[in-house]
Amino acid sequence: MCLGIPGEILEIDGHEARAEFWNVEKTIRLDIVGESVERGDYILNHAGFAIRKIPDTEVEETIAIYESFLEGDEDEALEEIGAADAVLEFGEQQSGARGRDR
Amino acid sequence: MTAEQTLQFREPEAANAIVDRLESMMDEIDEDVSVMHVCGSHEQAIAKFGLRTMLPEGLTVRMGPGCPVCVTNMPEVDEAVALAREGAIVATYGDMYRVPGTESSLGDVSARGATVEVVYSASEAVALARENPDREVVFFATGFETTAAPTAAVLEADPPSNFSVLSAHKYVPPAMEVVAELPDTDIDGFLAAGHAAVITGYGIFEPFVQKYHTPVVVGGFEPLDVLLGLERLLEYIRDGRTGLDNAYPRCVTRAGNTVALETLWNVFEKTTGEWRGIAEIPDANLVLREEYAEYDARKRFDIDPEGGESDPLTNDCLCGDIMAGTAEPDECSLFGEECTPTNPVGACMVSSEGPCKIWLEYGGTPEI
Ligand code: SF4
Repeated sequence: MCLGIPGEILEIDGHEARAEFWNVEKTIRLDIVGESVERGDYILNHAGFAIRKIPDTEVEETIAIYESFLEGDEDEALEEIGAADAVLEFGEQQSGARGRDR
Repeated sequence: MTAEQTLQFREPEAANAIVDRLESMMDEIDEDVSVMHVCGSHEQAIAKFGLRTMLPEGLTVRMGPGCPVCVTNMPEVDEAVALAREGAIVATYGDMYRVPGTESSLGDVSARGATVEVVYSASEAVALARENPDREVVFFATGFETTAAPTAAVLEADPPSNFSVLSAHKYVPPAMEVVAELPDTDIDGFLAAGHAAVITGYGIFEPFVQKYHTPVVVGGFEPLDVLLGLERLLEYIRDGRTGLDNAYPRCVTRAGNTVALETLWNVFEKTTGEWRGIAEIPDANLVLREEYAEYDARKRFDIDPEGGESDPLTNDCLCGDIMAGTAEPDECSLFGEECTPTNPVGACMVSSEGPCKIWLEYGGTPEI
């Protein structure tokens, strides 16, 4: 799957960040994201690298689109996140830390 | 995949409205139209949501060379196999593990004792090198711009000296030109991959549009995005115009991700190379620049891929023709019989972006 996956930045340490994808946490790299990224921002992760910061105004729609597309294909989504044994919780993401951080 | 699932996607009314517009445009155009997409995720959306069954008569959506694993050349796999056999730890993305080389896949040699590690990211491959300072760790790197940029990033970040890269990274735009020039393909418009364009920007297709007078629309992977992309293409075709459009503005800009591009071109340069089953394509393979020679597995090791006989079944594999848009998976006599995801004959049955695997997974042969 070459589509990348949206996640929320929880914590940043230099070029590395912890990000959350539907309640699955993963370490990703920020080397090539190309914009300054802060805690609470959403990024598109591909193969462990953030390749784009998702504009604030588009976060909600982007997440909804991914959820509808990935439903039934959770295994592949997890492969894309790099956490084969984890469990995704769709519908959880927007109500999470973003609200608290902002 | 059940029938209900096939029909269940966001905003069916919006989709139906687009399909109605496609139909009336096809009436106006009044001849057959062939559109090619260049992205495994597009094929997945099309097959999963049964989009082909919704399209008006006369409108065909073909798949093009949108699966990097599928076009990885056998000798490239053989190089990785040889390095693993000679004692290096070979790290690679999961998709490459079972891709057949001439005699063996990486999975085969791993079963015979070689160390092959499936990694999720280029940085995991670097971590492996740090954890194993006494071993050579070779990252067999595959994919288009979206994974080439991360490979470049880890090389720029001063990896350990026992780390090297065997690059099978591919660069799509020149391959589109080759496909556009093939005598058997008669493509009226291209739906380009949104995700590679996140990195490259959609402006990259401008020269192509000018040279071939063929419209290119960058589209997302979601069913509605795909339909919207087709609508834009039909508008161009109906009006007898060429042009470049971005139907995926959520994620793609004209300039792309300039930091990622700079990193990519700092480390890689383009070279001519074989795309499996398609052609030798100028400028469509990415190799490390001279400045990064110390990390280039091809320069560091004297790789001696053993020749040998390939599985005779591979002679019947149509993967290359499928990637060139001149054949479809179910035209292959091995499809779903001798060739399955657990026992693949060709790379198109291995990768999650591979059309044969996708067609088999989503109900065999999505109706055309
Ligand atoms: S079904 Fe298998 S053998 Fe046939 S074209 Fe696809 S990958 Fe090749």
